[in-house]
Amino acid sequence: MVYIAMATGFLLILIGFYGALTNRNLLRMIVAFSIADTGINLVIISVGYLPGRTAPILDTTVTAAAAAARIIDPVPQALVLTAIVIGVGVTALMLAYTLKLYEKKRTLDIAKFTELKW
Amino acid sequence: MTGKNMIKRLLALLLLASIGAMFASLLLAYVPDTDLNFTARYYAEHTAADIGAANIVTAIIVTYRGLDTLGEVTVLFLASGIVGLVLSFGRKQNTTLRNLVPVGELLTTASQYLAPIIMLLGVYVFVNGHLTPGGGFQGGAIIASGMLLLLLSDPLKRFSHTLIATVESFSGVGYIALGLVGLVLAGGFLDSRILPNGVLGELISAGAIPLIYSLIGLKVGAEFSSMLTSLSETEDL
Repeated sequence: MVYIAMATGFLLILIGFYGALTNRNLLRMIVAFSIADTGINLVIISVGYLPGRTAPILDTTVTAAAAAARIIDPVPQALVLTAIVIGVGVTALMLAYTLKLYEKKRTLDIAKFTELKW
Repeated sequence: MTGKNMIKRLLALLLLASIGAMFASLLLAYVPDTDLNFTARYYAEHTAADIGAANIVTAIIVTYRGLDTLGEVTVLFLASGIVGLVLSFGRKQNTTLRNLVPVGELLTTASQYLAPIIMLLGVYVFVNGHLTPGGGFQGGAIIASGMLLLLLSDPLKRFSHTLIATVESFSGVGYIALGLVGLVLAGGFLDSRILPNGVLGELISAGAIPLIYSLIGLKVGAEFSSMLTSLSETEDL
């Protein structure tokens, strides 16, 4: 189970990198980066999973006293919550810059932006 | 496809194959833990008594690692500020608006009914952040998705920037102020124990966590909304 989640995460990272490296359209590259981002989050979440345990939320079945033996690792979940939010901010920034670049050159092809090329 | 492109694609595939080999070795060597590690064990054993939050992830984000969350909110604030700055730079005033295709009766009516309910759900999610899987960031994102629905149903709709900026500033200042109160009344900056912990699992419990997470929710919602409005106001391409 945890191996499936982890393998899916790694696969999504590879798909995202492949898309970012081979596509020349800026919007497609942003989509590819988002896919890689999702894959990284999935891998981190799967690292915190312990077989046979439940979510780190206390209630009548998972009492405070028995929590250490019943719950999965809450730290990767907190990390991924941060990572998702930062990912949204990064995506919004990329979209804003893409809009500006399109306004300037009327194209989304990254090969046409040669100012910083050597 | 030209030869140059072929070489580029081949190099990309080669790079991916090597990264994939690294991932495969990580995956094959991975053995899931059977017990919580030291940090996680501490959080599992001490959260209920020290913080009083039923959701341990929330206790980590709001109290144990509160300073990191402040940094995260700051990064988000910077991102939304830069999006607004980049998009407003050189924007033409009084541009002629495009004639948009009408969005249709279904979307217009549905968005009018759904948007308030979606925003109410967002508020519910961040108010109950210390009890259920949810919290300020998720609730804020849900509120912003309600705004997105309104923008989709009427792309020319304009939200008040003053209102968004006011909500954002007040929740941000309130968040810092609560953190400073923690410095005086409790153990340190952003300590949630300035209010009594209460009974585990009740709505009003876990000290100042519901208050802090509500402010984070409002702030995140305002920041996402400001990004959305900035992006939607550049329709003059």
